[in-house]
Parts: sequence; C-alpha cells; structure tokens
Amino acid sequence: MISLNGHESGVSAGETLAVVLDRLGVPLDARGVAVAVDDEVVPRAMWDSFVLSDDARVEVLTAMQGG
Amino acid sequence: MSTRNGAAPAAEALTIAGRTFGSRLLLGTGGFPSLELLSEAIAASGSELVTVALRRLDPAGRLAGRGSLVEVLTDAGVELLPNTAGCYTARDAVLTARLAREAFETDWIKLEVIGDEDTLLPDAPELLRAAEELIDEGFVVLPYTTDDPVLARRLVDTGCAAVMPLGSPIGSGMGIRNPYNIALIREAVDVPVVLDAGIGTASDAALAMELGCDAVMVASAISRAQDPVAMAGAMRSAVQAGLLARSAGRIPRRLYATPSTADHGLPEFGPA
Repeated sequence: MISLNGHESGVSAGETLAVVLDRLGVPLDARGVAVAVDDEVVPRAMWDSFVLSDDARVEVLTAMQGG
Repeated sequence: MSTRNGAAPAAEALTIAGRTFGSRLLLGTGGFPSLELLSEAIAASGSELVTVALRRLDPAGRLAGRGSLVEVLTDAGVELLPNTAGCYTARDAVLTARLAREAFETDWIKLEVIGDEDTLLPDAPELLRAAEELIDEGFVVLPYTTDDPVLARRLVDTGCAAVMPLGSPIGSGMGIRNPYNIALIREAVDVPVVLDAGIGTASDAALAMELGCDAVMVASAISRAQDPVAMAGAMRSAVQAGLLARSAGRIPRRLYATPSTADHGLPEFGPA
C-alpha cells in the first residue's frame, strides 16, 4: 500500500509521483511544496519520472504559519 | 553620535551570512487569526525576514496559488526563513530542512530541535548534531537555543551563521528571564545574536537590544496581541529605541541618588 500523508493513497505501485500530486491538486510547478518518499527528498524535477514502489510512504508538505 | 536636527542617526544594517537587512525585527507567522492581519502586521513591523513552517498539505486548504501564505509573503516582499518547528530529533530536523530548501528555494533554516513538549526547550545534543550535519550540507543555520553562552559558542564553532537564544519559553510572554546570560552570549560569539522566544511586550524587545542583541524575533507577542498590527508597530519602535539606547550608552546603576541639579548657588533661607 502506498501511503500519502499518513493515509492510504489509493494509488497503485508503478505510478509516478506526478499521479499522486495530481490527486492532491498539486501542479508540477506548484510553489512552496516539497515531497519526500521514504524519508528522502524527491526534487521537483523528478516528480514526473519517480515511480512509486508498493510500500512507498509519500509526504507532501507545504508552507504553514509558524515560528 | 547625533545629527544637528536631533534626528536619530541611521542605524547600521543587520548582516547575517553576508545578507543585509534594514530591519532588526524578525517576524514569526504563527498565531495570526488571518492572512490579512498577517499581511498588515508585516507592513507595520517593517520586518524583512519572516518565518514559515512546513506541514502536510491539506487538499482542502489553499495551495500556493492565489491568497495562499506563500503568496501573501511574496507580495509583502519579505525573505522567507523556514523553520524546523515540531522536530524532536536531529534526524527529523535535518530532513525537514532539506524539504524546506526544496519547497522555498532557500538554504536558510531556523533550526529548532525540541527536547520537551511542555516547555518546548531545545535539546542541546540533538541541536548540535543537526547543526553540524546541515552546515556540512551547505545550509545557513540559525539555531533556536537556550540562553547558555557555552552552547551558543559551540553552535558558532560548528559554523552557525547566527544564534537565537530564548528569553523565556516559546509563547510564554515572560520576557528575558536571564538578561546576564544574554549579555554573556553577546560577548561569547562573533555572529549576530537574535533574541528569540519569550518576548511579551515592547519593553522586552527594547531590553534585548539594550543587552546587545543584534535583532529580535517576535511571533506570539504580535500575532496573539489584542491588536496585532498596533503591536507590530510597537515592536518596531522598541527595537529601534533599544538599539539607539545601547549605542547611546546608559548611565550606571547606583543604589543611592546622584543629584541632577548642582548644590552650588543654593540660597539659604531663614528658620521656618
């Protein structure tokens, strides 16, 4: 199961990060967004080509008020 | 140093890691009831360096498009200073910093590694570890630290671009509980000292500057004030007043009075 921000994503293994981001409504040129898969940063330039494995943990983060 | 018309001399700019800021007030964005108020408070504060946090994207929330936090901050023309708020280990803080670099396209990071959830005090060993790792990775690290001069020196030894000692716990509004330590930190390090956390009202910010701090970071004291925009203006004035007072040189404290009017020429009156 591929998890997205702590929940089941409904995305199948073999899909790219771009598919997950699309489900969140995040365009590939979104500003202020960063993505980690299994605790490693995936640079924006790789979102389109990064293929997710079956147990990938995807975190999609953005700016929030703080500090 | 004063000018003929009595106007305040232009204060020297604040420089951190080679970047210069006209304002010595850093603003935290946490706690503002609305982005509109945040925007007005930024303008009133004059701040040029503003912190943001990273959290999971909420699909229902406003993304980085129109009216988002990022857009409000971009429109305000401020530099973003991402933080690692909420991290309890060096590992999490380092990963968060890497994500912040990706999201905001800045190498600057306000490093927070918390050791206790009630006091939100920094975890010194984890903080040092994270600072070392991030500096190795090319980050400009501004660590939120305790008011311990030795720890501040250790952080600077690792290559931190500034130190951000607390006045008192985050959001406590208790001001500067150990002013002597803050003054010692100023003497102990050769990078900017930014008083962070604990500021309750304008006089606390002025005191920080009088103690020799180079800048003051304020979040809750502005965002949770009854009138955040008015308080932002008050903090701006306080930071300027404190800096001026510091450079003007205060009189020493004495236990007994020193007359401000000379006795010479005092008339002698008859008995009552």
